[in-house]
Amino acid sequence: MPDTATLLFLEQSLNALQFGMMLFMITAGLTLVFGIMDLVNLAHGSQFMFGAFIAAWVAGETGNFYLAVVVAIVLTMALGFLMEVTVLRHFYKRHHLDQVLVTFGFILILNEVARALWGAQGLSLALPDALNRSVPLLPGLDYSLYRFVFIVCGIVVSVFLYVLIVKTRIGMLIRAGASDRDMVRGLGVNIGLLFTFVFGLGAALAGLSGALAAPIMSATIGMGEPILIIAFVVIVLGGVGNVKGAFWAALLIGFIDTLGRSYMAAIISFLAGDSVSAALAPSLSGMLIYLLMACVLVVRPEGLFARRAG
Amino acid sequence: MRKQLVSFAILIGLLCAVPPIAYWLDDLFLLSLASRCLILASAAVATNLIMGYGGLISLGHAVFIGIGGYVVGIASHHAFNDGMTWLSNGFLQLVAVLVLSVLVALFVGLVSLRTKGIYFLMITLAIGQMFYLAAVGAYDYGGDDGMTVFAKSRFLGQALSGHYLIYWVSAAYLTASMFLVARLSSSRFGLVLRSAKVNEARTRAMGYEPFRVRLVAFTVAGVIAGGAGFLMANHAGFVSPAMLHWTRSGDLIVMVVLGGLGSVFGPLAGTVAFLALEEVLSGITEYWAIPVGAILIAVALYTPQGVMGLLSRRRNHG
Repeated sequence: MPDTATLLFLEQSLNALQFGMMLFMITAGLTLVFGIMDLVNLAHGSQFMFGAFIAAWVAGETGNFYLAVVVAIVLTMALGFLMEVTVLRHFYKRHHLDQVLVTFGFILILNEVARALWGAQGLSLALPDALNRSVPLLPGLDYSLYRFVFIVCGIVVSVFLYVLIVKTRIGMLIRAGASDRDMVRGLGVNIGLLFTFVFGLGAALAGLSGALAAPIMSATIGMGEPILIIAFVVIVLGGVGNVKGAFWAALLIGFIDTLGRSYMAAIISFLAGDSVSAALAPSLSGMLIYLLMACVLVVRPEGLFARRAG
Repeated sequence: MRKQLVSFAILIGLLCAVPPIAYWLDDLFLLSLASRCLILASAAVATNLIMGYGGLISLGHAVFIGIGGYVVGIASHHAFNDGMTWLSNGFLQLVAVLVLSVLVALFVGLVSLRTKGIYFLMITLAIGQMFYLAAVGAYDYGGDDGMTVFAKSRFLGQALSGHYLIYWVSAAYLTASMFLVARLSSSRFGLVLRSAKVNEARTRAMGYEPFRVRLVAFTVAGVIAGGAGFLMANHAGFVSPAMLHWTRSGDLIVMVVLGGLGSVFGPLAGTVAFLALEEVLSGITEYWAIPVGAILIAVALYTPQGVMGLLSRRRNHG
């Protein structure tokens, strides 16, 4: 029978996998929007937040968690379409600064709308009994069934995106658009429709991610932005527009962040003593993924998983 | 140059008019708001140097405000709690702000300036978040809640406190940083910086290395913002991680854009406009961020050159 340290490590590794899957679901859409439309979408985190709020709200009203997730996906996708069609499509060819300005404006608006609709203290989501239990994994190790389901959902989404991008006609256009969108337009493809589709897909994935995250972290105002910033780190490591790179980078970040938070204090107190550890560990464990990003950029400015040009 | 000197004279005249008006109205809130505006404007001047002249969109510039603020906050904490009163020495604090701002600017610059376009934005945002999380995790210094600056910075026995003193120091600091950026932007260095923004390949072909020029500009902008943070901590009497939250960097960008990119007086105009908007709208509705956001979207959609751009366009055409 494995000792408790090994069991703890296994449990934290599963948590890391779950966090990585959540990150991937957010980053996939964001990196595609970056890569194909060349649009800096700071408001992508707001889609995540709306997914969480809508799921918590619908589940609270109807008592049906599964319905809540579906409604969250549909509504965040609709919100994505609305933002794209009314405003953001005018910004694809504009300077990045204009894009920053307009999506920063959207963040202000969407955070306030969420506060007006659901209150400043946020909403929590109670899981249905069927999901709200632990399953025995190894002797001495029970693991939350819901987090398992989360990981499985992440794998399903990954396979879905892989098939969509590699095996279908739409995926072919997406890949072509990521490498040269003017050429795709020149070949007579209705690029506007493709852009709207990609934007809506990204919004729906962020919404799904938020809806699934709501039972774990509960929906709060501004919850999207810290996640958005981590998604940027994933994109920097994985390469803009590179979904496969985003997948591996998301898993890497998930592991480093989760394991860093569980083991940083112990490592520092082993190296430098308990008092140093108490002062430094809370700061350092949060900084770890950003330090990793900085180190990677010093060695490889083009990112860890970026495709070589040419 | 002569025209610019006249503009500076007018600016100084306007800045000198505020304290008598506040005294006459007996309105210290107005004076305090004006000081906050001037301090933020000097940070916006710094942002304008890298963004307006250098074309680099940094979503992490508030980090330097945080550095200036936390130097004052940490010094005050130890001076007040541990009796290390020598830490309140303002000259010493300014040297610390200078050194730390330069070091952090070099670190961030070396990591981010070798990459291009969209990466610079994401990397400055991420590194800004890293410093923010470091401040949140610093439980000894108040963690998420921040800390009150009980021991203000002292210069030759005079504490940097009092509404009028803070105002004059902020006004002098803003004027000086504006003048510095105005001189820099029209110097040879500034011309290379602006040329690298317009066409990097040609700049390189002329024998200049954009990376080095940008790194210097980024460092100067970091130091100016660090000084603004030093003033802000003394003015507000409080420092917290919110000072270096990434939305503060976003606000700085908004101020610069509202005032017009790459103009000498634009950052001040934009800061005044931004704070006025915030004051007026928050008086009308609890949800004041919604109209602010809508205005940002409208500005981005319809006026690519900002408020100052609108003014100068009208001047040019009529």
